[in-house]
Amino acid sequence: MNEPIVVINHVSMMFNMASEQLNSLKEYFLAFAKGNLHFKKFLALDDIDFLVMRGERWGIVGTNGSGKSTLLKIIAGVLEPSKGRIAIGGSIAPLIELGAGFDMELTARENIYLNGALLGYSKAFIDDRFESIVDFAEVRDFLDMPMKNYSSGMIARVAFSVATATIPDILVVDEALSVGDFLFQEKCEKRISELVDTHGTTLLFVSHSIDQVERVCEKAVWIEKGHMRMIGDVSEVCEAYRQLQA
Amino acid sequence: MVNALQNDNCTDVLMSTDEAYQLVSTRRNRDELRQNIFVLKSLVSRDFKLKYRRSMLGVLWSLLNPLLMMIVMAAVFSYMFRFKIENFPVYLILGTIMFEYMSRSTAAAMTSITESQALIKKVRIEKLIFPLEKVVFELVNFGLSMIAAIGVMAWFRVLPSIHILWALPLLVILLTLFCTGLSLLLSSLAVFFRDVMHLWSVVITAWTYATPLFYPYEMLDGWMQTVMQFNPMYHYITFFRDIMMWNSLPTTGQMIACIAAAVITFIIGLVVFRKTESKFILYI
Repeated sequence: MNEPIVVINHVSMMFNMASEQLNSLKEYFLAFAKGNLHFKKFLALDDIDFLVMRGERWGIVGTNGSGKSTLLKIIAGVLEPSKGRIAIGGSIAPLIELGAGFDMELTARENIYLNGALLGYSKAFIDDRFESIVDFAEVRDFLDMPMKNYSSGMIARVAFSVATATIPDILVVDEALSVGDFLFQEKCEKRISELVDTHGTTLLFVSHSIDQVERVCEKAVWIEKGHMRMIGDVSEVCEAYRQLQA
Repeated sequence: MVNALQNDNCTDVLMSTDEAYQLVSTRRNRDELRQNIFVLKSLVSRDFKLKYRRSMLGVLWSLLNPLLMMIVMAAVFSYMFRFKIENFPVYLILGTIMFEYMSRSTAAAMTSITESQALIKKVRIEKLIFPLEKVVFELVNFGLSMIAAIGVMAWFRVLPSIHILWALPLLVILLTLFCTGLSLLLSSLAVFFRDVMHLWSVVITAWTYATPLFYPYEMLDGWMQTVMQFNPMYHYITFFRDIMMWNSLPTTGQMIACIAAAVITFIIGLVVFRKTESKFILYI
């Protein structure tokens, strides 16, 4: 299928790093009056420009602090780029930060509905999938317990299970798999490959593990210090990236 | 160079990202409004669950609270100050529940953006939902308090005017617009200047005394009565008492003041919020 689904059109992201912390109105006006309102500019992403076609599996590699997560957040619509545009041609399931929006005072049952709503599911959809979400997360016996009493592994399981209850057009995975025990990790990987292989979901995958990227993806983009260093087939990009390590 | 690489790797489609953008961005999600309403409902029900968790009387407290407050204030003010107001408890409860709707919704909405930072940083979401949710939550609370107020009116055999059929919904809509406008303004200001949070509780206290909640308007000096014309809450509460206990209607001038305050505040709040919301994530 040759239909673009994620368009990243000359995207740049600039952060203002206040040279001093101005946290009150008085300080702000004082600095403003003195003409002291300087910001250090930090270019987190510089003119990133590429296309992802429907059904493709992309890996995003790069060293720490090179802007991978910023790019994912822009794709997920959380951040707005300072320059450039993003277009998304379908539903998107971000496995970026699992469990955002869980309220630890609420029970798992209530949280599944709340989180589902925040992820864009309708009430009927959650009603429909509720049983399978609970089964996948393996928390049936604890459904009506406040989530503050859950272990972090249990929270992550519920979060993953809610986030992948839908069949999204685009799946964004940011090393979310490093949660839970190895059995659950296997289950997560299986669920992701099921989505990608049988449902044709487009995958954007960020990982430090270059082997994992090579195993899962077919194309890759290498981002280094905010610049696009290389883009192409996964084997070529990974090979070049390995040279850096060596 | 980047584009050359891109085209190399997509030999089957020679398309620049500019062209692709035009193609993809024309498809839009039409169900967004319905989804936002579902999110709003979920958040309101979360707030109710959290507010009354582990209390035996639960939601009954939304009725009991204004009643008990009214009894305390009625006791204090009828023995200490002796204002000559007919049906003083009714006068009190009507004023206080309406004022509390405003003060609570704005105070809660003000911190709503900073409190939801975990969500805003991680999930794509319409940010307007957060302050709006607090206003809706307090609106529901106001509705519950109305039951208590109607009970007090029945006890004192006070009949509302027939005009409440159209005037009460109008008043509630105007006041809700006013509260929403203030809430939007405060919530976005509080993101950039946390000082607002400390300041607002002082403003609310001053505002409580500057509004005839427990004293009669007629008690004020001439110049204070003039100043009072610039207090929107005075107009809303007078409107409320007019239709609920005095069997009359506000004058045209008062009506215009109510509408103007609501519309102007709402527009200012909305514009400020929309202009600043994309920067929230950098400051929370």
